[in-house]
Order: sequence, then C-alpha cells, then structure tokens
Amino acid sequence: MAIRTSVLFVLLFLSSANLAFSLYEDQVGLMDWHQKYIGKVKQAVFHTQKAGRKRVVVSTEQNVIASLDLRHGDIYWRHVLGADDAIDAIDIALGKYVITLSSGGSILRAWNLPDGQLVWESVLKGSNPSKTMLIVPMSFRVDKENLIFAFAEGCLHAVSSIDGEIIWRKDFAAESLEVQQVFQAPGEATVRVLGYLESSQFHTYEINPRKGDEMKHVIVDFPGGLSGDTVLVSDDVLVALDATRLVLLTIFFQDGEINFQKTQISSLVDDFHGLVEILPSKLADMFALKTNEFLVLARVTDGGKVELVEKIKEAAALSDAISLSDSQQAFALVRHENEKLRIFAKPVHDWNMDLLKETIKIDNHRGLVQKVFINNYLRTDRSHGFRALIVMEDHSLLLIQQGEIVWCREDGLASVIDVTTSELPVEKDGVSVSKVEQNLFEWLKGHILKLKGTLMLASPEDVAAIQKMRLKSSEKSKMTRDHNGFRKLLIVLTGSGKVFALHTGDGRIVWSLLVQSLRKSENCDYPTGLRIYPWQVPHHHAMDENPSVLIVGRCGPSDDAPGLLSFIDAYTGEELNSLVPIHSIVQVIPLPLTDSTEQRLHLLVDANQRAHLYPRSPEALSILRPEISNIYWYSVEADNGIIRGHASKGSCSHDAEDEYCFEPKHLWSVVLPAESEKIVATGTRKINEVVHTQAKLIADQDVMYKYVSRNLLFLATTAPKGSGEIGSATPEESLLVVYLIDTITGRILHRMTHQGSQAPVHAVFSENWVVYHYFNLRAHRYEMTVVEIYDQSRADNKDVLKLVVGKHNLTSPVSLYSRPEVIAKSQSYFFTHSLKAITVTSTAKGITSKQLLIGTIGDQVLALDKRYLDPRRTVNPTQAEKEEGIIPLTDSLPIIPQSYVTHALKVEGLRGIVTVPAKLESTTLVFTYGVDLFFTRLAPSRTYDSLTEDFSYALLLITIAALIVAIFVTWIWSERKDLQEKWR
Amino acid sequence: MEKGKGVMGMGRRWAVEFTDNSIAPASRDIPDPLGFSRASPDQDDSAVARQKKDAEANWKAQKAWEVAQAPFKNLMMMGFMMWMSGSTVHLFSIGITFSALWQPLSALQGVGKVFEPYKDNKVELLGPKLLYIALNLGGLALGVWKLNTLGLLPTHASDWVSSLPPAQEVEYSGGGIPLH
Repeated sequence: MAIRTSVLFVLLFLSSANLAFSLYEDQVGLMDWHQKYIGKVKQAVFHTQKAGRKRVVVSTEQNVIASLDLRHGDIYWRHVLGADDAIDAIDIALGKYVITLSSGGSILRAWNLPDGQLVWESVLKGSNPSKTMLIVPMSFRVDKENLIFAFAEGCLHAVSSIDGEIIWRKDFAAESLEVQQVFQAPGEATVRVLGYLESSQFHTYEINPRKGDEMKHVIVDFPGGLSGDTVLVSDDVLVALDATRLVLLTIFFQDGEINFQKTQISSLVDDFHGLVEILPSKLADMFALKTNEFLVLARVTDGGKVELVEKIKEAAALSDAISLSDSQQAFALVRHENEKLRIFAKPVHDWNMDLLKETIKIDNHRGLVQKVFINNYLRTDRSHGFRALIVMEDHSLLLIQQGEIVWCREDGLASVIDVTTSELPVEKDGVSVSKVEQNLFEWLKGHILKLKGTLMLASPEDVAAIQKMRLKSSEKSKMTRDHNGFRKLLIVLTGSGKVFALHTGDGRIVWSLLVQSLRKSENCDYPTGLRIYPWQVPHHHAMDENPSVLIVGRCGPSDDAPGLLSFIDAYTGEELNSLVPIHSIVQVIPLPLTDSTEQRLHLLVDANQRAHLYPRSPEALSILRPEISNIYWYSVEADNGIIRGHASKGSCSHDAEDEYCFEPKHLWSVVLPAESEKIVATGTRKINEVVHTQAKLIADQDVMYKYVSRNLLFLATTAPKGSGEIGSATPEESLLVVYLIDTITGRILHRMTHQGSQAPVHAVFSENWVVYHYFNLRAHRYEMTVVEIYDQSRADNKDVLKLVVGKHNLTSPVSLYSRPEVIAKSQSYFFTHSLKAITVTSTAKGITSKQLLIGTIGDQVLALDKRYLDPRRTVNPTQAEKEEGIIPLTDSLPIIPQSYVTHALKVEGLRGIVTVPAKLESTTLVFTYGVDLFFTRLAPSRTYDSLTEDFSYALLLITIAALIVAIFVTWIWSERKDLQEKWR
Repeated sequence: MEKGKGVMGMGRRWAVEFTDNSIAPASRDIPDPLGFSRASPDQDDSAVARQKKDAEANWKAQKAWEVAQAPFKNLMMMGFMMWMSGSTVHLFSIGITFSALWQPLSALQGVGKVFEPYKDNKVELLGPKLLYIALNLGGLALGVWKLNTLGLLPTHASDWVSSLPPAQEVEYSGGGIPLH
C-alpha cells in the first residue's frame, strides 16, 4: 500500500515537474569535473621569436592541433579534427598562421595563430596516395606572395599563404614517380623534387616556383634498387638505403649531376645485425640510423665519405637541427641513464662540444623518451639557452628548461581504452586533534558564510568565497569511502599502457603506473591493453586486503596473438603479478563466483574457444567444478556471419593435461546468409546490472512480467551494401535486421526487419529492453527503436489469493531450456542526432527510473528519459495511462537543451560513456572519455532519498533553536500569568 | 474550580429554598391563592411517579433512536465530500478518506458511551445500538470503497508482485565479438 502510494506520488510529481533536468550556473563544477587533453604529440613547432605570449603549436596522434602556453603548458586553443582526418604535417607561416596538412595530404588549412580561428581551407586533389610533405619557406616570395608547397597524393601544389588559393600544381604520379623528398634550399630560387621510379631510377627535378614548370630533370639508374627510407643531409646530399637495407647510398646531386657512393653499413658499425632504418631527423650533415639494439649517428664528410660519429646503446631521442645563427646549427639529444634523463644540445659540426648538458631525474612511471623538440632563446648574457619539449613513452609531454621540468601534461589520458572503478578505503580512527579543530573551525566558518548567503546578507566577496568553498570542498576529495558512495577511484587503462587512478571527487590522479607487462619486451612484441576488470573486491570477511584490478592485453594485433594478464593493486598502484605471454584471449567472462579471498573467477576464452579458468588455484577449480555444467560461452564471428554456442566438454588435453582449461563442446550455431546480412552491432546486458522487479505495472492495476534474462544477445545485421557510409546504398538495397538470441540454446526469440534502413547501429541493452539507433534512408533521418520483451508464460499469475499466500513460482529459478514464451513490443521514433556512444544509467538497486545517455556527434552527452522510449505510448493515452506516466506519442524524440549532462562543455573526441552506481539509490556516477574526460553525478528521478547540497543545515538548526527558545519563553509567560490569575 | 473549593470548604451559613415541593396544603401556613387548584397532587402518588418514569423512558428511547440515526447524516455528508474530492490521490482526497475511515471506527469504539445517558431498565437499547453500528459500518464501507477507488487497497495482482525480484537463472553465459 505504502509503496503504491509513493509510486503514485512520484509519478504525479514527475508529470508535474515536466522532466526538466538541469542545473544552475553556480552549480557547475560542484559535482562534475572536466579535463582537457591533446594526446600524444607527433610534431611541435615553437613560436617564440616575438615578444608576447610564447607558445608551441603541436599536432598529436589523436588528430588534435593545439597551441600551448610555454610557461604553464595550458591550452590556448585546440581543434580536434575528425577520426579520419589525421594530421600529416604542421608549420607556421608568416609568423601568424598555423598551416596543417591532413587527411593523407588532401586538406590544407591555415589557422590564425593567436586565437586558432580557421583562416582558409584548400582541398588538394591528387591521383594516388603518396608521401606527404609540407614546405613553408621562411623568406621566399613570388610576385609579392608567400607560397606554401604541399606535396600530397603524387602532386606538388603551390598554395598562396594568404587565401589558400592553389597557384599551380604539378603531377608526378602520372609518371609513376615515387617522390621521396621535396625541398627548397634557402638560397635558391627553385624547388627540388627527388624521387624513385620503380625503385631503380633516381630522378631529380628542379621546378620553377613561379609557374610550376620543370627547369631541369636528371635521371640516374641504380642497379641495386632502392628502399623507401631517405633523409636529406644537406641541400645537395641525400642518404638512402638500398633494397637489401644493408648498403647506405650517399647521393650527391649538385649542378645537375648525380653521383652516388655506396657504404656498407657493416663497415660503419661492426657488430650489427637485423634491419636498419634511417631516422627522419634533419640534422644537417649528419644522419641517424636505428637498428634493433642501438642508434648510430654518422656524418657525411666534405669528400662524400660517411663516418661514424657515435653509437648510442641506451634509449635516446633526437630532435631536428635548429639554426642558432647564420653559421651555427644545433640539435638536441636525450639519453636515458639509470632513471635519469640526460639532455644535450650539440652544434651539428662538433660532436664533442656541448652547448647544453643537463641531467634530470625523471619519474620511473614515464617510461622511455620517445621524441624531443628543441627551441633556443637568447639569455641576457647573449649566450644561447635551450628549452626542450619531450614526449615520453606514457604519452606525457614535458617542458624542460634550465635543468628543471617546467611543466608536464598527462596526455596519456587522451587515449582511454577501458575504465573500471574501485571503492576507497574505509575511514579509520586516529585523526589528529589539531586537524579536527581546524576542520571544526572551518566548518563553522563555512556554515556561517552559507547562512549569510541564505539570508541574503552576503556581500559579493562572501558570495565568491561561498562559491569557492563549494567548489573546493575537502569533503568531496577525501581519500576515504563516503556514506553515499560518491567517492570512488576510477581506474583507467590508456593506450600507452599506463594505468591511472582518478579520484571521482575532483579528477586528480591518485596514482599512475606504466604497466611493465604492457611494455615492449622480448616475449611480447607489440603489447596492447584490451580491457580492465575488477579482480578482487574485498568486503566483509576479506576487508583487510586491498582491492585489485585485472588488465587483459594481447601481444600483437591479431586475435590469436598470445595474451597477457596483469594484476594491479587498486590502492597503491603496484603490479602484484603478471602473466606474459599466455594463450590467446578473445573473450573474458567474469563469473558470478568468488573464492575465499573475494577474487572473482574469470573464464578467458582463447582463439580455439577453449575456456581457461583464472585464478589458477585448486580452490577456484573446486568452486567452478559443480557449476561448469551450467556455464556456456558463445562467439560472434562478424566476418563470417556466424554465432556459435559452446559448453564445456571436459578438461583440455591437447598437448598437456591442463585441468584449468575446458575443451569446448559445440552446441548450436546461427548462420546468417552472407549475401544479404552482415553483422554490424551486438549488445548484451551489463554483467553487474541490478534489476529491482520482474513485474511492470501498467494502467488499471494490471501487471506484465518482464522477460529479464542475462543470457540474451542483441544482434543487428544490414545488407552488405548498406554497411558502408550513409548514402552508399539506395533504400531498396538496404535492410536492417535485428535479432534477440538466447545464448544458451541459440533460439531466436525475436526478429524484426527495418526496410530501407542502414548502419551505423548503436545499441544498448538493459533489463528487458533494447534501444538501438540507425539511419532510415527513406525518411532521411536517424531513428531510434525500442524493443521490450515480456514473458507470456508468467502472465497468468494474476490470482491475488495465490499471490497473497505465496503460492506461485515467479521467483523459482528458471532454465532457458524450458522455452519461455515471450512477446516483444516495439516502437520507433525519429531522433535528430547521430551518435557516438549510447549507454543507460545504472543504480545500486535498480529502483530509480532509467535515462539513456547519448554521446552526440557534437561531443556532448544528452540524458533522455527512458519513458520517451516506451512501446506503450499512444497518441491519445487514456486517463489511467496518463496516470501511469505514459507520454503521448510523437514522431520524434524531444531534445531538451537543459538535459545535456555536459551542460556547456564538450568532451572532444567522445568515445565512451561509463555509468557506475553510487550507494545512494537515486544517484549514478557518469564518466565520459574521449580526448577529454568528463565526470558527473546524475539523479534520473531527482535525489528523492537525500537532501540537496544546497540545503542549509545552519538555517534548520537556527530554526529549531529559535522554536525551542520560543517554547521556553511562552511557557514562562503562561506560568507567570497563571500565578497572577491566582492572586487576583 | 480550585478557587471555589476554598469557599465551599468553609460550609454554608444560610440558604433560602425557593421551590415548594410540598403537596399538602395543611402543612403550609399560607392558604392557596384564589382559583389555584392543586390538580396533580390530587392524584395517586405512585401513579404519578410511574407516569413520570414512563414519560422519561419514552423520551429516552426516542432520544436513543435519534442518536442512532445521527451517523446517517454524517454518512450523507461524507458521501458528498468524497464525491467532491474526486478519484485521484492528493492531500484532500486522502484526508477525507482517512477521516471517513477514522470517524466510524472511533464511533464504533464508543458505542457504549454514546448510549450511556439513555441506559434504563425499561428502554430497549439494542435496536438503536444495532442501527448505530450498522450505519457506522456503512460509513466504514464507504471509506474502504473510497480507498479502493483511489487505488490504495492491495486487491490486484500488481500489488503483490510489484517488488518481486526477477527469477534466478540456472544457466550463465558470456562471450561476444572478439575483444579488440
């Protein structure tokens, strides 16, 4: 009765509140945080010549172009180009434009340097892909115009730097020339193009920069053949490798003549084996070779000879040479020496001289140095000072100047792969007295300020102080567990192999670890992290132990590459254990079983569909043995269009008896017709999702039973033609089919066809419903469809008497072999946005109503109430249905501006949204990652179970105190009056 | 009252009795005024007393029936109020419904007290009491009916299954597209 009343009250409240979910301006930053990143830097150009703001313009592997403040490392401006718009080269032209060449050289853009506005954009058309090069001559004018030369897709383009107009273009692809280098020597008036023809002829062209016509063309044959690596040593010397990669060719092309010299690499370096690469660093008269074991610096002498300068055994990085004066050029070399970074700046002509020699102690968790960029400045005593921008293995970016790290950016966080959470430690006794006193004083001061604010007595300074206090409340960033479960650790696995633990309160990094097993090693060539799972979540009897997480990775890109596992302590950030390499890993199945130390049992499925049990302990095995007959696994082969189901047949015995491994027994397969259907998306329920009830109350006190099963797979297929980009297929050719498949028996519970619709499909599965998003070609709009599944076989359970006495089988365990009878209801709506990600809020007990969290194409997160996606919506709902909360049907889903979770912010390059339930039932934590990170707290049905943070406890206390005083005063008065009455 | 007590405690010093209950003229010093006849004292003493008692009993029975019928008015009033309050759950309708439930209940508890003043050996109180109880039960029924129309009675299957957890599944499965 009470439940019912409250439900009705909530519904009434909701219908009157009009679902507005929004926050006030002064609430921004109270429970959310936003962090901006740029990613791993690929190229950097300094801009420090003039007075004013000193900055560095960088391009990154996450396709970001950004201008950073050299003093603090803050972002002045930043642009995130699309995922398929990779930046090939950047440079600064005329001291005020940033020129970028992107998308394989097909797009040339100029950005205004101070504010990052796009000045112009040119599309460079070519015929076939080739190397891309961008040349921005420093002081070279043609008819009073500064030209930019861009080589892309086999064509050389001369582009005006003022407006991006293409002045001329010359096609080299037609002659099937593989262009290796394009350059323009500072003193010369011609542009030179060097290239190979069929790897055996060397061509040089001299091009007139005014009109683009050929001035000189010289051809020389190379019988030995050439490989792709070249580096320009000076204006007339090119160093290349021959086809065998064992001989170094030094090519001189002075005055229209081409000479070359061969040098055996073995004569240069005695103990080398393996492959050699030429590093692309432009060092002027020198070049660098890289072998498996070391880095070789060599010089081309005036006589054309190649001589060894230095052999560097340890990890090192080289910068390009920069010119200090007309005659002097210098470059930077960074070497690792026992956890220390040694930075040298050397003039190019004299190896033994050091312009700069600095040693910096560096955090071990940053790994090896990967790239270095240098820039010089004039000190007050006219000597040269240097600043070095260093990119480390964990993708962090450091600026080093005068032997100190000026700033560092943790840009590894721009490439988050997977996220899990961990509880913080429980608060313990032993807090020092002085701290408490200080806290008490602060608490009091804070509350008095707050009270002033509530009573409208606060001055503007007080208001500012209140806002600051709210934002920097020490309460939210404490390192202990809180009552509401808002404070947690977000454990984040990044693309660099570094794991970060972020505090949910303020987003700071609690610890970070460059996982040793995710680094390149002898038995693991190209390790990549795949997923992160909670491994040990101690509660009740294992409370003293720290929780730990499991990282699953793979040594190589293919599915059958050996796998790797790493176990990390979630509090200290230490690697507890690692297993490298092990069998291949294609799937990880966390089981609903834990051992005595609260370690969760996991089944790791390898490429042969064998399941391996972890942890490998006899105890785990004894726990799993009785359950194994009820454990199934399935594989979705998207390329072949086959879904197979497996169960355990017994222990593996392929090479050695392994009792922790289970041989698969093939049970069923669903084969989709390859000519008409191609798998584009799948969806399953989250493993840890909690469902409160199996019944859904509908109008007129009727009840429907949800079909709640964990073993359901949503599968979407399209016609092969319709799996490409939107518009690549006609509505007639295109077809979208969705399936709901029971993964135990392989039975297809529901199948539905959408004519004239196509991929991309994004789906989210929760409780008994699936919502998916696709493109409708006929309507030229995106659509969202909801499918809800109800259990018909339970529908007869309507006898109240039986239910009262508990004579029903609604809660007895069910088997999917009992072939449940289900019905599916569905409805479709138009939706304006295209999606990047979709997920659903999850709460601790599953009572709170749900919201869909939609990562829009504009990199924002939109919260859409699930009630808008209800197949029982009708155009004219009856009174009872309205009371139930059914919204009248409309053809499209509303987008309410206030329901953007990210309010005014953007999560650039959004890739995923993760929701984690808080302890408080009404609240869920939302973490969104992309190039940026964003975290907030959501209450889909508002915080019905707690007071808001704005609630003034001080006011409440004062009111109570005032009332108590009033009671006493009136009591005394009445006593006195009574006495007087008596005396009368 | 307390103030009066002190005065009372001292006792009365004198009193005048204005009423004259005496029947016999002989006992009086003053003759009756002219034209005044003492009619009733002429009758028989016991007969007079019986008559008086009968009248009182009659009156009591009548009163008892009146009291017994009183809830009917209440019932009508309540019905009207309920009709006015509508069938949606809000503060007003809930208040009325609960008062409609509470009034008959409290009235039923106090049946004995209500009929206390009319208690008499000669008066048959069973009839009025039954009517009173029946009317109050009617009021209670009205309240319950109202409660039901508001949907606050667990008379539907939905009231009993709304918080049933989903059934456990015997099987457990996992898998999907290979991790990448």
